[in-house]
Amino acid sequence: MALALGTGAVVLVVLVWELMRPTLAHTLARARHVWALRTSAGAGSYDPGRERRAEQRARALLRSCVDEHDWSMYRDLGFLRVWGALADRNGGEGAAYAYLIYPHKPIVAYVPDTGELLNEYCVAFPDDSKPYGSSRLPHSDDVLAKWMALTADERRLIGEANMHLPGRQIDPERVCRDLARLDRWEQQRAQRSKLGRHGNVRAA
Amino acid sequence: MKLLRMKPGHGEIVLAEGDVEVPAQEQELIEAFRRELDAGMWAAVPSETAGGRREAELVKSFAEVPRDAERVIFFPRAAGGAPGASL
Repeated sequence: MALALGTGAVVLVVLVWELMRPTLAHTLARARHVWALRTSAGAGSYDPGRERRAEQRARALLRSCVDEHDWSMYRDLGFLRVWGALADRNGGEGAAYAYLIYPHKPIVAYVPDTGELLNEYCVAFPDDSKPYGSSRLPHSDDVLAKWMALTADERRLIGEANMHLPGRQIDPERVCRDLARLDRWEQQRAQRSKLGRHGNVRAA
Repeated sequence: MKLLRMKPGHGEIVLAEGDVEVPAQEQELIEAFRRELDAGMWAAVPSETAGGRREAELVKSFAEVPRDAERVIFFPRAAGGAPGASL
């Protein structure tokens, strides 16, 4: 009797196991797949705040490298002006030509006296290691890289760039508007500075 | 002196930091500097002219870095061409 019951139990267990096996295997495979997805998501997941934090760091670095006037220009207008230094050795204000640096756009050369656009210099700083899947630096780092390369070795940077006529990538009307904005911005700044000085004199 | 590197998706990272007057620390700085140049980076030292104008200097070896420089910034070398979107 006991033997029959034991045999029956064994047969029952085997039958149940055979019935359950495909379901168990399927469940196990799904669990493995979900686990793998979660693990890979943890390593390279999309972080919506990463680019913003990167840009904040880049802005702080840019601010620490350029002077106050240039930083304010970039903060208020979204581009930087760098005076050309190849035509006259001194460069600086009053140079024969200047550049506008936009983030991730070509550098635009122009004549400050007339506003005439000269060339677009297409240049990029791709990081092939692509640490977060992109080779593009944050906007302000791109501007800083162009600024450093231009102020340090203008000839070398321009030599590396692809030169095009104005309008190839940046709308010339947009650049003209930016030059007008820059002009107004500098006038307002000069007025504020003048008023500030008068105020200080009166206060004294 | 700090060696910084611009990085996509992150902003700058500190590669090495040390006192150039301490030989062991200077050696670490030199090694980190060489690694970055070997990786194809450009190195720039932000500076200020006597007239107060800010500018930068590109350096090709650690010996060219002014001893009193606070930072050297590495960034990917320039390549001609840029994405074609219009403003």
